[in-house]
Amino acid sequence: MASRIVMSKLSPTMEEGRVLKWVKQEGESVDSGDVVVEIETDKATMEVEAMGSGVLRKVLVEENATVPTGTLLGVIAAEDEDISSILQEAAPAAAATTAPATESGARAALPDQPASPARAGDGGRIKASPLARRMASQSGIRLDQVRGSGPGGRIIKRDIEAAMGAGLAAPTAAPATPAPEIEYDIPYQRVELSQLRKAIARNLVQSLGPIPHFFLTREIDMGEVLKLRAELNDALLESGVRIGVNDILVKTAAQALTEHPDVNAAFAGDHIRRFTRVDIGIAVAVPDGLITPVLRDVAHMRLREISEASREMIARARDRKLAPEEYQGATFTISNLGMYGVDEFTAVINPPAATILAVGATQERPVVVDGAVEIRPRMRVTLSCDHRAVDGAMGAEFLATFAAMLENPLRQLL
Amino acid sequence: MREGIKGSYDLLVIGAGPGGYVAAIRAAQLGMDVACVESESREGGLGGVCLNWGCIPTKAMLESAALARRIKDDAADFGVKVKAYELDMAAATGRSRQVSDRLTKGIKFLFDRNGVMPIFGRAKLAGDKKVTVELKSGERTTVSTSNIIIATGSRPKTFPGFEFDGERVISSREALELKRLPGHIVVVGAGSIGMEFADIFNAFGANVTVVEILPQLLPLEDTEIAGVVERSFKKRGIKVKKKTGVKSLAKLDKKLQVTVEGSSGEEVIECDALLMAVGRVPNVEDLGLETAGVKLDDQGWIQTDGFCLTTTEGIYAIGDVAGAPMLAHKASHEGRIAAEHIAGQPTHPITPYDVPSCTYCHPEVASIGRTEKQAKENGFDVTVGKFPFSANGRALAAGSPDGMVKIVADAKYREVLGVHMVGHHVTELVAEAGLGRALESTVDEIAATVHAHPTLSETLMEAALAALGRAIHI
Repeated sequence: MASRIVMSKLSPTMEEGRVLKWVKQEGESVDSGDVVVEIETDKATMEVEAMGSGVLRKVLVEENATVPTGTLLGVIAAEDEDISSILQEAAPAAAATTAPATESGARAALPDQPASPARAGDGGRIKASPLARRMASQSGIRLDQVRGSGPGGRIIKRDIEAAMGAGLAAPTAAPATPAPEIEYDIPYQRVELSQLRKAIARNLVQSLGPIPHFFLTREIDMGEVLKLRAELNDALLESGVRIGVNDILVKTAAQALTEHPDVNAAFAGDHIRRFTRVDIGIAVAVPDGLITPVLRDVAHMRLREISEASREMIARARDRKLAPEEYQGATFTISNLGMYGVDEFTAVINPPAATILAVGATQERPVVVDGAVEIRPRMRVTLSCDHRAVDGAMGAEFLATFAAMLENPLRQLL
Repeated sequence: MREGIKGSYDLLVIGAGPGGYVAAIRAAQLGMDVACVESESREGGLGGVCLNWGCIPTKAMLESAALARRIKDDAADFGVKVKAYELDMAAATGRSRQVSDRLTKGIKFLFDRNGVMPIFGRAKLAGDKKVTVELKSGERTTVSTSNIIIATGSRPKTFPGFEFDGERVISSREALELKRLPGHIVVVGAGSIGMEFADIFNAFGANVTVVEILPQLLPLEDTEIAGVVERSFKKRGIKVKKKTGVKSLAKLDKKLQVTVEGSSGEEVIECDALLMAVGRVPNVEDLGLETAGVKLDDQGWIQTDGFCLTTTEGIYAIGDVAGAPMLAHKASHEGRIAAEHIAGQPTHPITPYDVPSCTYCHPEVASIGRTEKQAKENGFDVTVGKFPFSANGRALAAGSPDGMVKIVADAKYREVLGVHMVGHHVTELVAEAGLGRALESTVDEIAATVHAHPTLSETLMEAALAALGRAIHI
């Protein structure tokens, strides 16, 4: 099957790119993964790899030419394949079909692509040494978040040690700093730690320890959202599906993250992982703590699907029936304490994500609209950011988009 | 003699020992035009100390020693009655030479097949990627080369007042060519070399005294393992003096008088020969290292990084000349690393704890990784699993119940930190431990591997089970 080589948008700010050098020439055979062309962006030089095997049939953009992102640069296809229809395609259409942008040399951590050769693909076997496996499992490190440096991309001891250093886990942090024995003569009841409570302690100590948090708070007018929700639920009356405000927040966050991919990220020691899929965790209170079921690829889910999936997962979360892969590895998390009447709060980042959004109650508040005081439903949200990956302005821009989308839901259709 | 020597090469290797010849062959495999300069005058000349004066001929001698001991101590028990036999040191030496010759010729063959050009002569770095070679004929020639690997090895050292005389005060090299068996030989230094020669001379009927300055024979090995060897040596009549140093030497007409000092004061030992096995020094003299900007470390070895690169771009140093551990397999492995690094191939530095160490005395000693003491000093929470040869069927059938395998593991992740072995043929068992470490196996994988029965290798599996608290046969 023919595959296109396209000037991909390699960074959020990239509008155009220059073809630096064709590593493969027209007519040369190409294997999937071969570097075909080098391109230069506003920030760096990147190597573009072939997504398929065959022959480089056509070079459409000469070396040193600068073209907008999305432009078709060349076509790889079988020797006798008809590529005329591809050549006729409009460039922007090709852009839409490009693979997610990857930084050259650091194609780590696309949740839906092999992060390293260690992984054979979704559901595939992760190559890791027995020692690395045991270290990872005792440290709470997910092997699929570790890049293997051993033969054939095998994950070995030093990779896990690096992951520990990078703060992908630090299990001993909690046990290593036990609370001092308090010997006051006050009666108390000793409550043993459940496994879940231990895990929470471990993760959060790890979080507030090595992760430098900062917080951004913003108030959002929820009038339009409440109206939209009512309308949608009227329309869905017969189906039995009910859209919650939280579902709209999840959907909107996914949309906003798509526009601000630098916030949909994680700090991973020697690099930042900018995830190319939006997986949103929803913090759910359960009798002994909290758990965060994760909705995968939310940007491509419809509101109704989000509503159904989250309802189903939250129910299973409360029954403790989620599999680990269903509550780990969110790229963004929403924690909503509005139902408890909390006005605003700050949430602790749950690694590996770099951000978490704390949502307070929507309350009637007097605000000044067009010079007059009006009573409006207002909601305060606080974004906690890992400063190693996300800077203040980046977080603020994301929040601005998020707020604008909620205040004018139609904007999401753009 | 100059015939065939070209004006320039991609790589010139200086020294054809186990480091140099392996580097040369590997580089040739990777497409380089390679020459290898060897200064030894001995026929064949290739293979260095290892093949000519070290590893290989001593193993041949130790086989003679083992056979002698078997006949003397075990044959009758085994149902083989030997009415009369005679020990012939000269014949044993002759056989060891034949084994060496066969292997050195093999290297010539490998050079030919891989297109490596051997040059017999002395090489000296002339700076600017040039090497001057003084050929056997006395002729000099200068060769240009893109890269250089220094693999000149080491030689035995001794103490002032104990200079080698080639006949009575000897190094391992002369010990391999003795025409007569000394009545009493004092071996100074209880490292691998000293212990192996003590074993050989004892088996051939000499009185042997081993003098060691440290409180343990085989000081680099695990204390418990060294203890097993010491008991075995003493049982065979080898005298052992630990924590004892040599002070002075008097050479009389017929005898040598060695003054030693131990915890109980000074003592004079009278003997016929003195074998100095107190360490080795690097062959770095007259190589033009300064001209080429190659620096030595504070111990006098050539300073290198993990890929064997010296302080000068394009010049590498491997094996003994680049420092401890002075082991042929370390040299060979470094030869591969250096050649691959020059060729830009992916390669990895050696991890110090992944180099096995073997001593072929009886019982044999083999180890890899940290000793129990080192592991504790490194801060590990240590779990130890041990299994004795006396509980192994194959060892008993072979009449060799002395020995044990000891696994030192990390209690937290059960990583195999070290494996220490003493007993029959353990030098062949250590490879499994090495593979286990290379693959980052934990104790569990070794325990879970099906080991053939009856084999000595079951002792390793049982030691792994013991580390997990569930050995079956003990």
